[in-house]
Amino acid sequence: MDFRPSEDQRDLARGMRELLAGRFGREALRAAADGPARLDRALWKELGEAGLFALRLPEAAGGVGLGLPEAVLLFEEAGRALLPGPLVATHLAAGRVPGAAEGTAVVTEVSPEGLLPWADDADVVLGPAAGAVPVRSVDPLTPLHRVPGGPAGLRWEAVLLTAAEQVGSAAWCTDAAVAYAGQREQFGQVIGGFQAVKHLCAGMLVRTELARAAVHGAAVTAEPVEIAGAKLLADEAAVANARDCLQVHGGMGFTWEADVHLHLKRAWVRAALLLPGARAAERVADAL
Amino acid sequence: MDLTHTEEDEEFRAGLRAWLAAVLPGLPPRPDPLDWPARRAYDCGWQRRLYDAGYGHVHWDASPARRLVFLEETERAGAPYVGANFVGLLHAGPTIAAEGTPEQRERWLEPVLRGDEVWCQGFSEPGAGSDLASLRTRAVRDGDAYVVTGQKIWTSHAEVADWCELLVRTGTEGPRHRGITWLALPMDAPGVTVRPLRTLAGSAEFAELFLDEVRVPVANRVGEEDDGWRVTMVTLSFERGTAFVGEVVACRRLLGELARTARANGTWDDPALRRRLGRLSAEFLALWRLTQRNVSEAGAGGVPGTGGSVFKLHYSHARQELYDAAAEVLGPDALDLGREWTLDRLSSLSYTIAAGTSQIQRNIVAERILGLPKGR
Ligand SMILES: Cc1cc2nc3c(=O)[nH]c(=O)nc-3n(C[C@H](O)[C@H](O)[C@H](O)COP(=O)(O)OP(=O)(O)OC[C@H]3O[C@@H](n4cnc5c(N)ncnc54)[C@H](O)[C@@H]3O)c2cc1C
Repeated sequence: MDFRPSEDQRDLARGMRELLAGRFGREALRAAADGPARLDRALWKELGEAGLFALRLPEAAGGVGLGLPEAVLLFEEAGRALLPGPLVATHLAAGRVPGAAEGTAVVTEVSPEGLLPWADDADVVLGPAAGAVPVRSVDPLTPLHRVPGGPAGLRWEAVLLTAAEQVGSAAWCTDAAVAYAGQREQFGQVIGGFQAVKHLCAGMLVRTELARAAVHGAAVTAEPVEIAGAKLLADEAAVANARDCLQVHGGMGFTWEADVHLHLKRAWVRAALLLPGARAAERVADAL
Repeated sequence: MDLTHTEEDEEFRAGLRAWLAAVLPGLPPRPDPLDWPARRAYDCGWQRRLYDAGYGHVHWDASPARRLVFLEETERAGAPYVGANFVGLLHAGPTIAAEGTPEQRERWLEPVLRGDEVWCQGFSEPGAGSDLASLRTRAVRDGDAYVVTGQKIWTSHAEVADWCELLVRTGTEGPRHRGITWLALPMDAPGVTVRPLRTLAGSAEFAELFLDEVRVPVANRVGEEDDGWRVTMVTLSFERGTAFVGEVVACRRLLGELARTARANGTWDDPALRRRLGRLSAEFLALWRLTQRNVSEAGAGGVPGTGGSVFKLHYSHARQELYDAAAEVLGPDALDLGREWTLDRLSSLSYTIAAGTSQIQRNIVAERILGLPKGR
């Protein structure tokens, strides 16, 4: 038994982190957040070339031939970078919708909760999208439509990969809070020396690590109950960490200029999109 | 990210399972929790059976993964817990194994493994709790003995212990962490007085230990004089990672029992309670995965200490929350000490205090993992 990510798995994640740091760093994120919400098609294609969408397609079908454990590591990186777009839907469409695997097609999907992200930018919309009404989305980087009735079924892999993005966002929030706490001074010392601030940061790490262990476990077993539990904890980690990160930033945290609100808003979207808290908890309870 | 065990560990599991199935039905009934001598006899009897069957050493020389299997299976089968052997098997023994001389290992280890001798841990003092390094119990060298005077507190199992792993102050100069020495104190030495303390659960789980000019042979010192802090850290880091394996398995089993009870008594119809139990179930499964990760890290020779703090912080709160949820399932019966889980609920109140309070754990996580400045 070795539950740690293998050397190869860590290399894969590192590669994605580097790609995103170069192609979707802070400036790109801010430009995207301040401009009209449009997908960067060139970046989408690069993600396709890097294997993000074709990751789990068999090699014989032109894919990378890897599994859910690798996928959650990559989606965690996407969550950390706050990469916009229907990444999960396109990943799951690889091999089913032409161009999805390569990153030449953008595929979105109606969620079981009746939400449809990125409808206007997508080449292909899966699911019952008739009657979709645009929403003024709380997240500047996720355009949303409401759909009268979502599909009945739940795709567990979509739930898991969304949870993985939440873990990445929770980890980013921890890092950002710790970095700010180590630099901002009040009362003649860095605020990270105050126990009240330290303990917030420690709590953020604990939530992240618990959720990450849950997501990794669910990626290995692929059991629906374990995935539901992982989503529950990952949603909570992403939302609560963004709020604590905001708190550590003081007034700065309440500004548009600080990135933390973008993480909080996306965390809310991901939490509401698929298997929101109460449903996840019920699903886990059912199995007891 | 591999959760499968080696073939050898699976064979070990199968053998252990068969042995447990054969031996557990013949075990005597559990003793009254208020009867300490009976508890000691029961716990030591169990350790002796483990020893005779070749499982006595498992905490010491098995790989972390195999220990995980051992703890998982024994808990699943409902086997007794280490109980009074906790300090001997998980603290003092490993310290002696790592830092003791060949004579010391010869003298003390075998009796622990055979369930013949019980140890307790005399670290905390009235004035030294979280700030353990401020301990003041003094030991003054007199020929081939130390003369020890002072007071210890919260000493679990002191009433039935044969030996105490004792931290004393030998030096006065320099930083506080220097000047501490680790001694094996025979509990029957003249000048040792044990006064039981009653816990809020009603029983006497721990005691005060008064030491009045107790002579402890220098030969009972493990490690160098004034080097006891380092020696102790070896002990404290030993069991992190696998320390709570059995408990997590037990909590997951308890959740199943709670759900059955709730379905039977109608409380399951309350969606808030259902979700509360669902949430707890997700947390305990995640804690199990975290344990598997910590064990993997320990097995790879990494430092499990910090992962242990992350685990303990969440686990201790989740376990308290679990018994609160149990009380919701029981309703008015939760006030009945005769009911299952009521005493456990009381005991669980110590989890955020013993072995490093939650506040101290948060300091550790913030300073040692996140690198935030050290506070005073
Ligand atoms: C059931 C049980 C069994 C035990 N068994 C043993 C045993 O066998 N042997 C043994 O030696 N000890 C034992 N202990 C003692 C245990 O290790 C101590 O209780 C623990 O370390 C806390 O010390 P304290 O009780 O003096 O509390 P204190 O240190 O006085 O703490 C009081 C409060 O102040 C907070 N606090 C203290 N310092 C800080 C700080 N720097 N930052 C923020 N908050 C702080 C604490 O978190 C706590 O909330 C046991 C305790 C319990 C409850």
